[in-house]
Amino acid sequence: MKILVVGGGTGGTIIANNVARRLASEISAGKAGITMLSDSDRHMYQPGLMYVAFGQMMPDELYRDQASLLESSIDFHVDPAENFDLDNNRVTTASGRTHDYDILVIATGSRIMPKNIPGLNEGSETFYTEEGAIKMFKALREFEGGRVAIVVGVPHKCPIAPVEVTFSLHDYFKSRGIRDKVEIKYHYPINRIHSIENVAAWAEPEFRRMGVEYETLFNVEEVDVENKIVKSLEGTEYQYDLLISIPEHNGAEVIINSELGQDGWIPTDRHTLMMTGHDNVYVVGDTTDLPVSKTGSAAHFQAEVIAENIASVIKIGAPVTEYNGKVYCFIEAGFDKATYAMFNYDFPPDLKEPNKSMHWFKVSYNKMYWSSVRGLL
Amino acid sequence: MSEHKIVDAKNTYCPGPLMELIRCMKQADVGDTLELLSTDSGTANDVPEWVAKIGHELVSSEQIDDVWHVTVKKVK
Repeated sequence: MKILVVGGGTGGTIIANNVARRLASEISAGKAGITMLSDSDRHMYQPGLMYVAFGQMMPDELYRDQASLLESSIDFHVDPAENFDLDNNRVTTASGRTHDYDILVIATGSRIMPKNIPGLNEGSETFYTEEGAIKMFKALREFEGGRVAIVVGVPHKCPIAPVEVTFSLHDYFKSRGIRDKVEIKYHYPINRIHSIENVAAWAEPEFRRMGVEYETLFNVEEVDVENKIVKSLEGTEYQYDLLISIPEHNGAEVIINSELGQDGWIPTDRHTLMMTGHDNVYVVGDTTDLPVSKTGSAAHFQAEVIAENIASVIKIGAPVTEYNGKVYCFIEAGFDKATYAMFNYDFPPDLKEPNKSMHWFKVSYNKMYWSSVRGLL
Repeated sequence: MSEHKIVDAKNTYCPGPLMELIRCMKQADVGDTLELLSTDSGTANDVPEWVAKIGHELVSSEQIDDVWHVTVKKVK
């Protein structure tokens, strides 16, 4: 039984490791094998990028060698997929190799698309790449005062990031003693300041307390880089001195080129996590078109379900569990306190008051992630 | 040819029904209609407010059993 995992991010890595352990005896007996394809020999802890943007982590702290995170029985190749031929159970890679499979896991993730908005790439700072996070840190360091705008594209990875970066900007400028010289204005696409109702209800008075202005129903249409004006589809605009963007994301290019899903999002069953119309293809994390947060946390909980079902299908011929929509997100409420949101398809999040303990738990988790992605936590 | 698409955002809290509608509206062609399914009671007010502000057309909005069906036509 050939299991092919395409993508070495959080979801793909947890699935591969988890399946490798569950099928250890089958793999030893030569009855099953796991192959992973990735576009990189390194694995990045992406939530760390925001800390890099504020000078709180160094970029090299975010990486581990991908091979070091994988069970030794996994056949790992740095050779990204170039084409999916689902009719023939076959994936072709950049090197020209062909991999046949019995079970396929697609975990190719998402990528920022600032180029979808005219002027956004040139006119804004962002922390969604290593290069961007370092550039944003330098821009913040040189900033001596003026109007800071935060804008948010749809869809975006880590839905909590817009409020986190706003809290962090407030604390950053405060720590530099220039908060009174900075006007912070937060812009959000829907008609409250966060998609989760009680996150919005908590953040709104916090914004007022911190002197953060906000505008809702603001979907970025373009950035006039020369005049430093950001404009919305809804017809409003804001003149800024420093623009921070959470850019729109798309799925991987190979998904679009293989015509597996519009904008790179693959149609996926919300419970089985199987690709619509394909009973041997699982989809995990950002790659799905599910109305679920695009976060490592969602990918983690989905990966546990997929791994358990791949193993049970091989052992007893049937899946044994389903994804219930579970997501757990830390919410950094500035530099020294945090809270969390946990929810699933049936229960909305019940937000707790931010505290220092939760912040230190998040700081610890930044290191514990490496156990988590090995499938041990 | 215009299409009618279903956006199933029932029982979801993040990114939520309106954010899902905005995402799918970007993918749609002018003339397409999107039918948003939502169990969020705020949808009945949130979607018409956004539609009015951005200039699309609200075709219908009704609650069937516990699910809101809000249909929007992309006009630009």
